[in-house]
Amino acid sequence: MSDVPYDSALVPKRADETVESPARRAWRRLKRRKGAMVGLAIIGVFVLLAIFAPLLAPFDPAAQSWAAVRKAPSAIYWFGTDEVGRDVFSRVVFGTRASLLAGVISVSIALGVGVPVGLISGYLGGWVDALLSRITDAMLAVPFLILAIALAAFLGPSLGNAMIAIGVTTTPIFVRLTRGQVMAVKVEDYVEAARAIGNPRWRIALFHILPNIMPALLVQATLSIAIAIIAEAALSFLGLGQQPPAPSWGSMLNSAQRFLTQAPWMAIWPGLAIFLAVLSFNLVGDGLRDALDPKER
Amino acid sequence: MLTFLAKRILQLIPTLFFVSVLIFSLQQLLPGDPALIMAGEDRDPEVIEQIRKQYRLDQPLPVQYIYWMKGVFTGDLGESMRIKQKVLDLVLQKLPVTIQLATMAFIIAISIGITAGVISAVKKDTVWDYAANIFALWGLSTPNFWLGIMLIFLFSVQLGWLPPSGYVPLTEDWKQSLLTTIMPAFVLGNALAAVLMRHTRSAMLQALNSDYVRTARAKGLLERKVVLKHAMRNALIPVITIGALDLGTLLSGAVLTEQIFTIPGFGKLIIDAVFNRDYAVVQGVVLITATVYIALNLIADVLYVLVNPRLRG
Repeated sequence: MSDVPYDSALVPKRADETVESPARRAWRRLKRRKGAMVGLAIIGVFVLLAIFAPLLAPFDPAAQSWAAVRKAPSAIYWFGTDEVGRDVFSRVVFGTRASLLAGVISVSIALGVGVPVGLISGYLGGWVDALLSRITDAMLAVPFLILAIALAAFLGPSLGNAMIAIGVTTTPIFVRLTRGQVMAVKVEDYVEAARAIGNPRWRIALFHILPNIMPALLVQATLSIAIAIIAEAALSFLGLGQQPPAPSWGSMLNSAQRFLTQAPWMAIWPGLAIFLAVLSFNLVGDGLRDALDPKER
Repeated sequence: MLTFLAKRILQLIPTLFFVSVLIFSLQQLLPGDPALIMAGEDRDPEVIEQIRKQYRLDQPLPVQYIYWMKGVFTGDLGESMRIKQKVLDLVLQKLPVTIQLATMAFIIAISIGITAGVISAVKKDTVWDYAANIFALWGLSTPNFWLGIMLIFLFSVQLGWLPPSGYVPLTEDWKQSLLTTIMPAFVLGNALAAVLMRHTRSAMLQALNSDYVRTARAKGLLERKVVLKHAMRNALIPVITIGALDLGTLLSGAVLTEQIFTIPGFGKLIIDAVFNRDYAVVQGVVLITATVYIALNLIADVLYVLVNPRLRG
């Protein structure tokens, strides 16, 4: 009997009974997952580093010092210095900004374009869906990084263009996900009911379908931030992202590669920072997927 | 099966059309007049005019697209502005190197990923399972260009076991060829191994809980036989198709890996073209990559139907 669905609105509520909101339930489940909590803590640290970089970095990240070229890690230079005497720790701290910005902005671009297009495609169906699906297929047919590199190359090297290139390249993933979710949800009774009482299409799509596909989008967005951070680092590594002397973990690795024998610390720290940032978003994404899974109780 | 294949191929036509439009449009993203860029610093008005005529830049966009596609169909992807060589020839020269690298990476990924996935599922909730899951997370979170640099530092700079860069063709000296490609192949296969591990684990867990495995156990079969012969055989069906699909993503990874290990393959070709503003090469390489990727998708689909008896017929 416990599986029989009932309309909670029709059942009188006991005085001591509180209804848990979906967001609160997801947070309660997420809190039980140690990995996700570790991930959230690391993200928190990176966000603080990005915001308070000028206060936390002991040196100007662009200041060169010919007296301190390729110095090994020490009490003064915690992570050592690079080939022109810049403090690696300060550059790693300031580099957090480029990576987090690229992760969040490019995924926001992908969400901003991909979700509406996916909603239209999935909800309207017909030739609109067929056309949008073929365009999505075409974009997905070009491997992610190759399309991002090609776009960034044609747009010109800069952090802003790298973010646009990554955002555009990530968009079809959200179009496809949203479309699939909409197709599954639009045949549900509550959507049918919303249509029956005369709601316009846009209202059904925005207020009845979108909230119900949010969990899947949230998981994908978190995992996509991880991919976008790697992609930004890769583009900067290739010289297509953040331009020198502005610090970025990817471009730091690029110059570190040339001094691997003399100054390996130049490669260790920025790489470790990328790894930790990506790992933290992957941990949170995995945790969210489990916490938002309706089969999990 | 034939109907399925025909339908699947027909579906590819519009996709390929949009891919070609997408790649052709890349040129339009170029800031400024392409003729001015091609003319270089001299910028003699006559030269510019000649370039416009030669590359049909004076024609409307749809006409330019039709001419470009005509070239594509006849195997003419244009000419490299820098090396003055046909794009198709350049690609054909570089592709075998990347294919060797991708194949080695795929073998490494399958060996590590599937083994770790099976062990993780069979030893669920033990230290082996946790270790395999940590490995998967590590694989998914490590940027391959960093891993490459760290491996060069360890195996080439510190231990001196492997060459840090360069490439020797298989046909020239197979031993040296393997020595130059083993590190980049591992770097390339690492992330794919993590993906395959996760898929194998979940497919194996599902198989181990199925009725036919319960029956096999009830018959008194050895656990090893139950796992290897009954569960694994069925669990690997989706994993193999996912593997075939991901083979295409190795092309993406090869771009960075080849750059780090200075391997003269397909990936390095596109990066060199990007930096030399050799746009015909970039377009050609992207078009060929997309076509290979679409073909791999098709093969994965066909493979899935072929190995899954319930879908045949």
